[in-house]
Amino acid sequence: MKEEFKVISELIDEKSRVLDVGCGDGILMEYLLKNKVVDVRGLEISKEKVKKCLSNGLAVVEGDAEYDLKQFPDLSFDYVILSQTLQAFMSPENVIKDLLRVGKKVIVTIPNFGHWKVRLDLLFKGEMPITKNLPYEWYNTPNLHMCTIQDFYNFCNNKGINIFKTISLNGQKTSKITSSNLKFKNLISELGIFLLEK
Amino acid sequence: MSNFGKIKNITIKQPLKLDCGKEISNFPLAYETYGNLNEKKDNAILIFHALTGDQFASDINPVTNKEGWWNYAVGPGKAFDTKKFFVICANVIGSCMGSYGPGTTDPLTNKPLGINFPVITINDMVNAQYKLLDHLKIEKLFAVAGGSMGGMQVLQFVSNFPNKAKVALPIACTASHSAQNIAFNELGRQAIMSDINWKDGLYDGKTFNPDKGLAVARMAAHITYLSKKGLQEKFGRNLQERSDLKFSFDADFQIESYLRYQGSVFVDRFDANSYLYITRAMDYFDLTKQHGGNLSKAFKDSKTKFFIISFTSDWLYPTSENKDIVIALNAIGADVGFIEIKTDKGHDSFLLDVPDFLSTIKNYLNATYLNINERRI
Repeated sequence: MKEEFKVISELIDEKSRVLDVGCGDGILMEYLLKNKVVDVRGLEISKEKVKKCLSNGLAVVEGDAEYDLKQFPDLSFDYVILSQTLQAFMSPENVIKDLLRVGKKVIVTIPNFGHWKVRLDLLFKGEMPITKNLPYEWYNTPNLHMCTIQDFYNFCNNKGINIFKTISLNGQKTSKITSSNLKFKNLISELGIFLLEK
Repeated sequence: MSNFGKIKNITIKQPLKLDCGKEISNFPLAYETYGNLNEKKDNAILIFHALTGDQFASDINPVTNKEGWWNYAVGPGKAFDTKKFFVICANVIGSCMGSYGPGTTDPLTNKPLGINFPVITINDMVNAQYKLLDHLKIEKLFAVAGGSMGGMQVLQFVSNFPNKAKVALPIACTASHSAQNIAFNELGRQAIMSDINWKDGLYDGKTFNPDKGLAVARMAAHITYLSKKGLQEKFGRNLQERSDLKFSFDADFQIESYLRYQGSVFVDRFDANSYLYITRAMDYFDLTKQHGGNLSKAFKDSKTKFFIISFTSDWLYPTSENKDIVIALNAIGADVGFIEIKTDKGHDSFLLDVPDFLSTIKNYLNATYLNINERRI
């Protein structure tokens, strides 16, 4: 079980309706069903992964979040989750807009490009960083729009999106991110987990 | 067809009001079952067949002595595992494998009803089959499933009886028959009706049978069940048992010979008037229109879990039309799964050995049966 999923699960109220966008193999969906008794749906682009989810009886629809979020009505879910996928979209801004339309609350996790190892790689090696969470070369990465925790924080502020909670994940360690420790957490966090509302 | 004695059927006594306005009663509905109903009576699956299918989904069809039409999917250890599930399949009304249809003898004339048989709809087919469940004393189905016209029946069934089935599997189908689909069906009907032996729909089935028209209808339809790539790979421009073109209208190409063969074997097992009636029922199918232009309304009272499947190379019931059903279900927050299976086998994929398709259904049904029993969902 990924530490990230535990943190996400703790952000969700019991018995709520959840949509996991980019649900992958459905591990988080299974975890939520076991621990939270939630009504959970998934959207996933990879046929192989959709097959896996459906084979476990999960309610997962094959589709691309950039086009297929449109089919979900306004505020039709209590929570919409987007785990480490935002950077791969052509238009992250539109996707976030749609997530906030579909979900009463939105949980977004960001692989942090501001982590010190990433910064050092670029500073000393002068090469595009490759880390555990960002394992690709520049020429084959699916990640089109990398950002830092600070960037995403700024984005939400500029767009008038309410940030309810921000959690830093570094290895197994979780901690709260506040406006006063943001600069520091942006340096030491591998992952930023945001709970948002329109 | 001398083995009609091996057909199970019930007589539906109560009147059934048809969409055309007519009422039918005391009519036969033929069916077959596979596997056993368990003590809790919670393992029954009703399978709906497609245009030219029948109740013999699995094993050997005792009338044709050929494999059941869904033998790849239904049987012990298969996708619809008859070691676990009790599978029921009925012959739709209008068809010709023992159920009430244009081939049924009219007691007044001692001849087939022919064109005097009423025009039926998918709705009528489903309502007739519902009566079979009463007869089998099944209060709740675990699942309803079917491909193509079978999928349309799945959609109509859930719409008519919202909580009769826990799971619904509409495969390679549509909620509303498209102009292209109607066009192909009309081509087939015209082929049959242009056959001199059709006799205005009152052929006797012995001396006169519109076999040529029915064969052409089947040939045309068969092309729509395959994909261009599938045809090209299987036949290409290969010649049929000859080294060069014959400068004639013989079947020079393998694809011609193949189609002619498909047409000729089809007329041995299918009735031309049934083909007219069933294609008409498909053309009339428009679940969206039935619900005032809003497909979501068809499912608004249902708690059924949907699993919708389409195929990449199916251009007859393309992914986009299957996805319209997914969208309608998502719009009302229904429990829905959807996958588009990658295959070159065209619309026929649902009848063929497509491992990804069959294994996903098998795993989905087994997991969902367990999940429901553990009250997890």
